[in-house]
Formats: sequence, C-alpha cells, structure tokens
Amino acid sequence: MNIIGLYNYWIVVVLMMIGFYVVIAHENLIKKLVGVSIFQTSVFFFYISMGKISGATPPILDDHYQLYSNPLPHVLILTAIVVGIATTALGLALVVRIQEAYGSIEEHEIQDQDTQDQMESRLEAYGFRKKHVLSVQNLDE
Amino acid sequence: MIDHLPILQVIVPLLGAPLCLIVRSPRAVGLFALLTSTITFLVSCLLLQQVLLHGTIAYELGGWAAPWGIEYRIDYLNSYLLLLVSAMGAIVLVASQTSIDRELPRSRHMLFYTAYLLCLTGLLGILCTGDAFNVFVFLEISALSSYTLIALGNDRRALTASYQYLIMGTIGATFIIIGVGLMYMMTGTLNMYDLAQRLPEVHNSKTVLSAIGFFIVGVCLKLALFPLHLWLPNAYAFAPSIATAFLAATSTKVAVYVLIRFIFSVVGPEFANTVLPLQEIFVVLGISGIFATSISAIYQLNIKRLFAYSSVAQIGYMILALAIGTPLGLTATLLHLFNHALMKAALFLAIGAVVYRVGSSQLSHFAGLGRQMPWTMAALVAGGLSLIGVPLTVGFVSKWYLVLALLENGWWPLTVLVLFSSLLAVIYVWRIVEWVYFASPRIFIEEVKDPPLSQLVPIYVLVFANFYFGIDTSLTVGVSKRAAEALFGGIFL
Repeated sequence: MNIIGLYNYWIVVVLMMIGFYVVIAHENLIKKLVGVSIFQTSVFFFYISMGKISGATPPILDDHYQLYSNPLPHVLILTAIVVGIATTALGLALVVRIQEAYGSIEEHEIQDQDTQDQMESRLEAYGFRKKHVLSVQNLDE
Repeated sequence: MIDHLPILQVIVPLLGAPLCLIVRSPRAVGLFALLTSTITFLVSCLLLQQVLLHGTIAYELGGWAAPWGIEYRIDYLNSYLLLLVSAMGAIVLVASQTSIDRELPRSRHMLFYTAYLLCLTGLLGILCTGDAFNVFVFLEISALSSYTLIALGNDRRALTASYQYLIMGTIGATFIIIGVGLMYMMTGTLNMYDLAQRLPEVHNSKTVLSAIGFFIVGVCLKLALFPLHLWLPNAYAFAPSIATAFLAATSTKVAVYVLIRFIFSVVGPEFANTVLPLQEIFVVLGISGIFATSISAIYQLNIKRLFAYSSVAQIGYMILALAIGTPLGLTATLLHLFNHALMKAALFLAIGAVVYRVGSSQLSHFAGLGRQMPWTMAALVAGGLSLIGVPLTVGFVSKWYLVLALLENGWWPLTVLVLFSSLLAVIYVWRIVEWVYFASPRIFIEEVKDPPLSQLVPIYVLVFANFYFGIDTSLTVGVSKRAAEALFGGIFL
C-alpha cells in the first residue's frame, strides 16, 4: 500500500471526517454550517485531485506536450462550489431568521422553546386554551 | 418543436421562475405560475405520447454527442413520472390561488411562486436527465428551493425544520457526489448509459462498491427511508399547506426514482443484489419503517405531522416492493409511487382547505368539521380510505400488487406483516374520523364552511383520480409493467 503517495486521499478523508464530526457534535447552528462547508470542501479536493495526472499539462494542444490532465472534474466542481455557496448562504439566512424568532442559535435552547410550544399546543388539544388567547378575550371584555 | 420536448419540459418552469419576480402583483403572479405549470403539464403529456408511440427519446443538449455532452433520455419510466410530477405541480397551483392568501403575506407571494417553480424545475430535471452529475445539480436545485418553501411557513418551527432539512439534505447530496465521483474515477464517464456499459469491467474493485454505497445512502437520505427520515415530519408539518401538498406528492417520489434508475439502469439489479446485501437491508428497513412510523402517526396531534409520518411509512412500502427484486415487485413500487402521490396531494390539499378556514392543522381544531365543511371532510375521508387500501381506491391497487409480488416469492410472513400494517393506517385514519364526525364543534370557530371552488375543484379532481385509477388501472398498471419489464430486461431506455 502506497500510503504517502495517496496523501491527497488522506487529506480528503480527514477533512471529511472533521466536517462530519462538527455537524454532528456542535450545538451552535453556525458551527454546524461551517462543518457542512468543510465536508463539502473535502469533496471538492477529491474531484480536483482526481483529474491530476503527474507530469501532465493543462489540455492546451501543443506539439511539445503529449500528456494532458483531465479538466472535466474541475469544471464539475465549479458547479458544486456554486451549489455549496448557495447552500451556505441559505443556511446562514435561516440562522439569522432563527435568531430573530428564538433569540438563540444554540440547538438545545431552541429545542427547549419548541418543547414548551408543543406542551402548550398539547394542552390546547385537550381542551385548555392558550394563555394569551384568554388574555386577549379578557381585554375585549 | 416536438424534437425539443425533453428540454422544454425543464426550461419552461426554469424561465417562468425569474419572471415571477417581475410580475409583482400577488394575483397575477399566481395565475402566471399556474399558466407556466400548465404548459409544463401539456409538454409532459406530449412526451408520454411520443414515448408510447416511438419508444425512448434521446436528446443531446446543445447538439453535443452523448458521452461528452449532457444527454436527456426519456423512456417509459421517466415519461410516466414526468406526467405525475407536472400534473401535481399544476393541480396544486390551482388550489394555491386562494389558499396562499391566508398563510403568506402578499409581499411574499412572488417569492413563494419563484421557489415553487424552481423546485418543479429541479424535480423535472432529475427525471429527464441521463447524466449522473446533472442529477446532483437538479437535486440541489429542487432541494434548495424546497428549503425556502418550507421556511416560508407561518410557525417559527418552520425555520428550524428547514434548517434541519438543509443540513441533512446537504449531507445526502454530498454523499451522492462522492458516489458519482468515485464512479467517474473508475470509468471516466458520467453518462448513465455509458456508465452502465463500463461499470461491469471494474465491478470487483472496492472503489465501485464504495461508490454504490455512498450513492445509495445519499439517495436514501433524500427519500426519507426509515432511520434517515428525521427531517421530514417537521418539514411537512410547518411548511405552508400548498408547499406540503406539492412536496409530499412529488419530492420523495423523485428520489425513489433516482434510486430505481441507479440500481436498475446504472449498476444492474444482479450486481446490486449479489455483491451488496441490498435486498436484506431494504426489506428490514422497509418493514421496520412501515411499523415504526405508522405507530408514530397514531400518536400525532397535528394532522399534517400525522400524514407526514404516514408518508414515511408509504416510502417503506415502496422500498419493500423494490427489495423483492422481481418485475412484479418493481411494478408495485411504481404503482405505489403514482398512487401515493394522488392520495397525499388530495389529503394535504384538504388539510390546506381546513387551514384556510380554521387557521390550524391541530387535530382538535377538526372537531365537528364534518358538519361545517362536509365536502372537504368527505375528501379527507376518501383520501384516508385510499391510504388504508380499501377496494375501489388506488391504495388497494398498489397494495394488491405488493401482496401479489410478495406471495410470488413465497414471502408469506412479510405478506402478513404488510396486511397487518394496513390496520395501523385504519387506526390513524379513524382517529381523524372520530374528531371530524363525532366530536362537538369548538365554540370559537364560527362561520366555518367549505373553501372556495378554486380549492374544492382540485381536491375533487384528485379524489376522483383516486377512485378512477382504482377502477380503471389500464394506464397506471400498463405503463408501470412496461417500465418494470424494460428495467429488468436490461434495456436501458
């Protein structure tokens, strides 16, 4: 096994695992997005290094060179980078809205608030009305 | 014009989407989106007709020949699903004209329709294309726009649901490109037809095995197979009702299509089943998914969430039928794909009508609606019956074929489990019936009546389709059978 010669794959795998771990382990929504970005970047590296042939040049036809690298993976990854940026941008926009709605971007704090909402709607389902519904009616009276 | 149908299918909604931003008036933008999706639907009708007449259509994008350029290939399977997705896209938009008023501020209507048409573009693109990388691109177009659609929901939990979906969806999509990349590394091609021919040469390499593994896990995340379904219930529950109806009817179905296409047309069913324990995995996950999520559905208090869980259970049936690995089993998958879309679109539009009148999809808010909204509730019950699989409905047809396929293989314990699981559906549908018809109406809901015709008509078109295709199965069973046989015959398109 040529371990050192395959160093590009090692970098890919290590980056991928770091990214994946951050997504799973971190509570902070922005850090999770950072993890997703690292995860995606590892795939970009994977594609780009795949197209490289040692000793080869970019595919510009010339009599002096016979060996060309494959440019297609790079082009593909340009598309994937655009997708990645769109995902990160949308994710960050959602985090901004979550911060506005919940006042927090920590997952457990958001979950706590959601559980409370759920409890309220459960109580409501069994016939209790929400507090603020009552209070609005009281105001009307 | 006829020659260019495959690309028109994708380009019409793609061009329609940004135009929605120019048409600023909320009423006009709705009608414009409806017009766009109707044209898309007509294109898909023509395409199906062409495929039935002349067989597979191969379309070279920009005139670049196949293995180098991107190729669109339309066969029985795609054209059938294109018809389904574009029909759902158009029908749901008829209902959205009024329904969306209650759930979204008028300033956001154009954004909603833009995202909706982009999502439609993505889904149709996945179905049309014959290029593995293109599948990823379209998958992300549809996914990004569905995150937006979900985040437009009223409740703040829509935002966290959308965020959760974004994280899971992106991981799934990244797994898919890793899989595609590994396959590209081994074969040097991205065209599915070409891949199918070159993969057998390198079948015994670990790279190809891991490529298949990555791809399948990624797609299973997208189609919400049982342990990977966690993003789905909240996303469906808190999205605007129209978005839920559209996504429930189309998006997971398209992911199932990707799985079928990949297993049958690219890898080949023999290889997929002999080298990888796919059959065992799918049987176990399918059947445990059916039970786990049907039981969760019984305990839900929000009716949208209830049917979201039931959607995951239905995916379980599709995957189980797929795992049988016979043409009859695949026919059952394809039938259930089509039929489940009809049921869920009808159900979620009916729920949307309740949200329009009552303002909530909590089960308790359905109390006594049987008297106040008789037509809507009748549609809800009809959809529920179809979900259970009562004879004369589409649900019966697909379960019938599933049971036939299971018995053909002699898997009678699974047959018993499948029939038993239908009883779980009886329980959750009965809970709704109980609230709707036997509970006394809530005091503070006044003047609740059936929704305007623009919502009732699409609901009833779908209910009618639920019964029509349950009685006259010539189109659905016919095309599904032909598609399944073609896939098994190794005739890729």
